[in-house]
Amino acid sequence: MQRLTEIAPLLYRALLETTLMVSISIFFAVLLGLPLGILLYITANPLLFRIKPLNQFLGAVTNVIRSFPFIILIVAIMPIATWLTNSSHGPVFASVALSLAAIPLFARLVETSFNGVNTGVIEASIAGGASLWLIVTDVLIPESKRGITQAITLTIISIVAFSATAGVVGGGGIGDLAIRYGYYRYDTVTMVATVVVLIIIVQLIQLIGDYLSQRQEGN
Amino acid sequence: MAIVLEDVSKTYEVKGKRIEALKKLSLTIEDGEIFGLIGFSGAGKSTLLRLINLLEAPSSGKVNVNGTDLGSLTGDDLRIRRQKIGMIFQQFNLIESKTVYQNIEFVLKASRYDRKKIRGRIEELLDLVGLGDKVDSYPKNLSGGQKQRVGIARALANHPDVLLCDEATSALDPDTTKTILKLLKRINRELGITIVLITHEMEVIKEVADRVGVMSEGEVVEKGDVYSTFSHPKHDVTKGFVQDIYDFAIPPHIDVNNRSEVITIKFLNEHAEANYVNQLYRHFECDISILNGRIEYIHDMPLGFLMLHIKGEPEEIARLKSFIDESKGIERAEIYAEID
Repeated sequence: MQRLTEIAPLLYRALLETTLMVSISIFFAVLLGLPLGILLYITANPLLFRIKPLNQFLGAVTNVIRSFPFIILIVAIMPIATWLTNSSHGPVFASVALSLAAIPLFARLVETSFNGVNTGVIEASIAGGASLWLIVTDVLIPESKRGITQAITLTIISIVAFSATAGVVGGGGIGDLAIRYGYYRYDTVTMVATVVVLIIIVQLIQLIGDYLSQRQEGN
Repeated sequence: MAIVLEDVSKTYEVKGKRIEALKKLSLTIEDGEIFGLIGFSGAGKSTLLRLINLLEAPSSGKVNVNGTDLGSLTGDDLRIRRQKIGMIFQQFNLIESKTVYQNIEFVLKASRYDRKKIRGRIEELLDLVGLGDKVDSYPKNLSGGQKQRVGIARALANHPDVLLCDEATSALDPDTTKTILKLLKRINRELGITIVLITHEMEVIKEVADRVGVMSEGEVVEKGDVYSTFSHPKHDVTKGFVQDIYDFAIPPHIDVNNRSEVITIKFLNEHAEANYVNQLYRHFECDISILNGRIEYIHDMPLGFLMLHIKGEPEEIARLKSFIDESKGIERAEIYAEID
């Protein structure tokens, strides 16, 4: 119990770091992953904007990034991250790699939820003379709101998991705390406490995500 | 002004196999008519319909809609032309996440309709299709018939000159089908919109079409006004569809031999109502029993079929047959269906 009160400030700080990393990364994941997902979808769809070579290129890039073990990705993009954040460690620095990992993940999830949109509705939109842009903003996105909400939930949880590795570049965060104190120093109390906090975070994100996506359904 | 398809063909390549969906087909659909295309699935009717708004491009041949060669249009020009060709679908294809209002607003946005007039236009359209009270409903809270009405309102929003109907009533129950078909007919008569519909149900053709084309294996095998196509079907596929309506088959317990024959007679036009069977009873020494009978009204003209079981001496039966053959407006009909 005493140990718990000792690590409380550490936990609090780690929680803030995790929150920061997740917030930055999900922001960029959605900002860049959504357009990438849209491009992946429309360049594959013969009704919309099929350009096979472009689709294959984007697909390949997406797959390559997703193939990297996260720890390697962090190291590999260090120079870019340094240039972007003007630093060489810390949560913001780690967020570059986290964002890069989250963008293709989110893009693929978005693409999958677009695939669930009824082709007939797209056909009807084209028959109605709608432009590609209007179909994207007024059909694809609203029709897959639920899937996109679930994609955001899943991506956030994945970022939380990735962020444990962010300790390598001094990103900090709860996962890092678990590794450094719990695992390396055989500090069971800290390890259990961090894992419990992580479980609670993931559960909470999932609960909120489910609630929001069900509300989309409810209209 | 008309829809003219000239030598259109469409071939697909599916897993290395060439599939000919349409084979050098030519067809003219007159301005202001309701043209029904009927055929089994795979006959190519859906492909044909999609050529008229270029949802599918022909492999060769020309598609001309009211003076515009669709093949010459690309990009925004094609998009703008499509706004004048409405289309409704079997599965309605409404945007589920949008209200009835927003669904119609969508196509008005597509055509950059004057923003100030959008609300008025939508209300007008919903009044036309009889859904004035459903403006803010979501599609999932509507019945099939109501969804199709929204589909129709959406298709008409930009004042089209052509309306394409892709199996528009196939997902609806018979009563709803009738009301939707009535609505289509009203739209055709009141707004002068040319309607092209495809269906696999002869009932639909009978109910609304002015002319019919029968499709089979990528070709229009028979076409003409609905009454003569129904009363004198030539192609086997057409006969099959007519049979579907009349549903005649010789009951299995009837023996057919030279003293016991089954004859189906066809009454055309006003003769369908004449007291014909009475004459047969009176003039021939045969036992005549009625096995089946039905009169359909096509464009208010009756077309009747009557299936009789006739027993008697062979000579008397032969005399009766020639009497039928000589009667005006009466014909002996073949039984079109295979007998199970």
